[in-house]
Amino acid sequence: MKIQMTLNGKKITEEIQPGMLLLDFVRAHGCKSVKRGCETANCGLCTVFVDDKPVLSCSTLVARVSGHKVDTLEGLQEEAAEFGAFIANQGAEQCGFCNPGMIMNALALFRENPDPSEEEIKEYLAGNLCRCSGYEGQLRGIQQFLAYKKEKEGAVCR
Amino acid sequence: MQVVGQPVMKKDAMALVTGKPVFTQDVAPADCLVVKVLRSPHANANILSIKTDAAKKVPGIEAVYTWEDVPTQRFTMAGQTYPEPSPYDRQILDQHVRYVGDPVAIVAGENEECVDKALKIIKVQYEVLPAILDFHKAKDNEILVHPEENWKALCPVGADNKRNLVATGTSGYGDVEAVFKDCEVMVEETYHVKADQQAMMETFRTCCFMDAYGRLNVVSSTQIVFHVRRILSNALGIPKSKIRVSKPRIGGGFGAKQSVVAEVFPAFVTWKTGKPSMIIYSRQESQTASSPRHEMEVTVRLGAMKNGKIRAIDVYTLSNSGAYGEHGPTTVGLSGHKSIPLYEGSLEAHRFSYDVVYSNVMSAGAYRGYGATQGQFAVESAVNQLAAKIGIDPLKVREMNMVREGVQMHSYYDEVSNSCALDRCLERAAKMIGWEDKYPARDMGNGKVRSVGMAMSMQGSGISGVDVGSADIKLNEDGIYTLAIGAADMGTGCDTILAQMVAECMMCPIENVIVSGADTDTSPYDSGSYASSTTYITGRAVEKACRKLQERIVQEAAKILDCESEELEFAGDSVKRLATGEEVSLTQIGTSSMCGSINALEAVEDSSSPVSPPPFMAGMVEIELDKETGHVEVLDYVAVVDCGTVINPNLARVQVEGGIVQGIGMALYENIQYSPKGQLRNNSLMQYKVPTRLDMGKLRVEFESSYEPTGPFGAKSIGEIVINTPSPALAHAIYNATGLWFRELPITSEKIAMGLLKK
Amino acid sequence: MIKIKEYVMAESLEQAYELNQKKRNCIIGGMLWLKMGSRMVPTAIDLSNLGLNTIEENEEEFSIGCMTTLRQLEQHEGLNSYTNGAVSESVRSIVGVQFRNLATVGGSIFGRFGFSDVLTCFLALDTWVELYKGGCIPLAEFARQKPDRDILVRLIVKKHEDKSVYLSHRNSKTDFPVLTCGISLREGQIYTAVGARPSRAVCLCVSEADWKKKGSEALAGELAAQFPTEGNMRAGKEFRSHLAEVLIGRGLKQIEKMQEV
Repeated sequence: MKIQMTLNGKKITEEIQPGMLLLDFVRAHGCKSVKRGCETANCGLCTVFVDDKPVLSCSTLVARVSGHKVDTLEGLQEEAAEFGAFIANQGAEQCGFCNPGMIMNALALFRENPDPSEEEIKEYLAGNLCRCSGYEGQLRGIQQFLAYKKEKEGAVCR
Repeated sequence: MQVVGQPVMKKDAMALVTGKPVFTQDVAPADCLVVKVLRSPHANANILSIKTDAAKKVPGIEAVYTWEDVPTQRFTMAGQTYPEPSPYDRQILDQHVRYVGDPVAIVAGENEECVDKALKIIKVQYEVLPAILDFHKAKDNEILVHPEENWKALCPVGADNKRNLVATGTSGYGDVEAVFKDCEVMVEETYHVKADQQAMMETFRTCCFMDAYGRLNVVSSTQIVFHVRRILSNALGIPKSKIRVSKPRIGGGFGAKQSVVAEVFPAFVTWKTGKPSMIIYSRQESQTASSPRHEMEVTVRLGAMKNGKIRAIDVYTLSNSGAYGEHGPTTVGLSGHKSIPLYEGSLEAHRFSYDVVYSNVMSAGAYRGYGATQGQFAVESAVNQLAAKIGIDPLKVREMNMVREGVQMHSYYDEVSNSCALDRCLERAAKMIGWEDKYPARDMGNGKVRSVGMAMSMQGSGISGVDVGSADIKLNEDGIYTLAIGAADMGTGCDTILAQMVAECMMCPIENVIVSGADTDTSPYDSGSYASSTTYITGRAVEKACRKLQERIVQEAAKILDCESEELEFAGDSVKRLATGEEVSLTQIGTSSMCGSINALEAVEDSSSPVSPPPFMAGMVEIELDKETGHVEVLDYVAVVDCGTVINPNLARVQVEGGIVQGIGMALYENIQYSPKGQLRNNSLMQYKVPTRLDMGKLRVEFESSYEPTGPFGAKSIGEIVINTPSPALAHAIYNATGLWFRELPITSEKIAMGLLKK
Repeated sequence: MIKIKEYVMAESLEQAYELNQKKRNCIIGGMLWLKMGSRMVPTAIDLSNLGLNTIEENEEEFSIGCMTTLRQLEQHEGLNSYTNGAVSESVRSIVGVQFRNLATVGGSIFGRFGFSDVLTCFLALDTWVELYKGGCIPLAEFARQKPDRDILVRLIVKKHEDKSVYLSHRNSKTDFPVLTCGISLREGQIYTAVGARPSRAVCLCVSEADWKKKGSEALAGELAAQFPTEGNMRAGKEFRSHLAEVLIGRGLKQIEKMQEV
């Protein structure tokens, strides 16, 4: 079947198998940041945005997002680098395999709630598993990033 | 120190956080054959026939292999130094399948669809045999997991396939029974730890292709490139000269990737077909056909006096190696050798004996802690129980008995503890958690109790007399260095940590150090990243190589300045002649070494250690326990670690935090449940629940450093010790809240609530 | 993995219904559960373009389209203020935000899953299911039925000044529940739904007067005894029955507190 979508700002029209999953589609289009970590929708590694909402691309049919906007970390490189540096400054990226999914979802959180509490951060990112970091360093990185953002925006206001 | 001791950002960090394509699947050739494995549905069976004709005819299928197609010599998949202590009991495919998940056939095809189709239509006729699913019954059972004649053990570890024994042994010091007779208090209990999964986020995966020289190139997510080369050579029956193994970035290992779990399948396919191939383990395969922790049942007998003095410890471990023997003979050793020495401050005698058995469940492998985790859950719990029994604060009992600096540890290969800040760790951790106020528990008045628990831990730093670390460092133009290592950064940051050491030794910014990771063709030999060895063993090699390279640089400078080396001093970006003030820059030296030079500005050094200095740690936890539902909420976990000099405080801290959370999962809810037919039911991340960020409380980590004289810059290890304290500390806190001891992991809310109801 | 041969974005419910009459065809909700199966689906039917992804509120009721996501349920102010946060509480432990952005209320209810938090929560409320052919029937009745070829179009939650609460017990925070419990007080009756027993949730009703007479603890014990439980890999039968008593008791006490305010 024929589908069309905007992937990272680029219009794509393509013939696909009806059962194709978005995860396999975006990887085939070079978006290798998107990982598969399980078959049961539990790990969050495959998080992408569909119409700016974070979803699991492992459980999304390409057919269903035809006509919609899809973004992966490849399309958000500046934001990823700006925020990611705070994770890296904690050494909390560790193996890095879960990072793209976690960073996508964190960016979604910041857009939805620019000033989240610790509890809100943990709740929002609960679906992003990480086996290396123990999460605490990620939390430190997120909080420092938010503080930096606040300061930066404060400076602009002044 | 300028660079060592600094929280330097990992060299690959920005590539990782921006999602660059740096992992095995990302860098694999585009046209790889898809490789998958058909697996046994039976726990013990002989294959009577396999019909693959129809499968081979599926369009797109390249090859289908069965036991009839593979070499018959046996090998082990354990990534260990040769001769491996693990028995040679594997074939790539075998007519005899020994657990649910054992490989039966390999299918390779153009795409996943045709491979899946082919897998479905392979017809296998099995002769189903009775299976050993209870490891207590394995030893001397008439059912043999490995009846085959060509089974062999290379090392004298007490292995005997005709008794289902992977290893057996005993060691000790003093007369344990005599001391026990003289003790006023005895604690005797048995503890059970299950075969937990590492559950690294990147499952096992490998791609293979033939290169221009007709050699098999293997790109794999592995901790042990050199061992992979040997194991593939053994498995395929081809010379090592025909194999090259390298690793890209690894999505976590924790020991899982210290065994050759996936590599043999695509290697066989590519070797046979000449075509590139790749295997990506599904999460289900990763959970059910891999290399988890050894299930162990550890019986502790502990003799003490009423005043709290611990006089003798006797440990017996029954370890379940499952269908194959990988890491069986070695993991078990740590259950005694790294639990008993914690009390060498007072011990008069000890004994440690063990049996490691085969059974018809998934075979075990190496998982962070490697037996020490199981042993320490037992011994630390027994010590906590002793404290409760004699009514003395467990903190005091430990202060009275624990190992301290300068003590000879008879239960630890007679090594002397030359660097030990365990006493300071314990004191600091107690202060951080507020032990004095919070021990043992407070009733919150709403059905909830807050309580605290504690445990100590030790591990090793590499395998003494066995592990080899190496570093190859060279000076390039512009005065920059290339460091080639065979150790494997699996997210732990060893590429960066070792570069920090180079920068420190060579007095240069870390940006001037390029690190080239593990590749059997280009790296100097290194046994690999496991056994908490890299910082300590490879780090020492880096130090040595830097020293040697400095000498060579100075010699080159002496030529340029036309003087004797002894007149010169290495000053980082230059070499100075002290008497005259003349100097020659490193850039000049590097450049001149590339024109008409006969002096290679490159140094290779190996390192191995006759000792394995233990890092030490104290972990304490505060929980809130719901007496009605049994729910345990972890509120606060404090850890104080002595890993010697901390090379990179950020990376060390995250190691601790990550290990603690893995340990919390193992203690409270990561469960291993088999069906009566031997199928593992925790076969996904849906049924095997690793902690989310909602499941841990606050983690607080500090360091109390000793100085290890044999380590680089005084460093010891940190990678494994960090997983050991949560199980005993949580079991202790749960006891303090409920009055109930739990001796089997995980300690679920059900066990707690039902225990309280029956109390 | 599920295999899909053809995919149809339905243009009308009638079209979807007709396609769905073929036994192996199926309507896709959030795809989360469906994709784990290994079935071969000749035609997958998508209801995404039928405007069924909204929650509408009027004086009498909430009308929740079947394609509404669990995340929408979680964040809907009206629904949560009306249910005292019970709806939000019932979905917030389900894996993660990205999962809940996909999972649909229709998929959750139509599947009649034993572990369903959503089913438990809505069973305690005065919830009706609007079926394309079958009309409106009470959720309790729907939950008892075997899945058929009809289409679940909407959930209707009727308003009655309910006081509601939702509780669950889990081995770890985002795991499937070991036991779920939804309680709602409306028009002098206490409705108690218990799910993940581990079979699907059922709802019992007692009068408010009876409750007041017996007290929360006694009633909790009495009710818990009426919910059959079994063991599975998450917990045993005995613990589940014990938990039922504990959670019902706590729920009743929370409702008592709401009444005091």
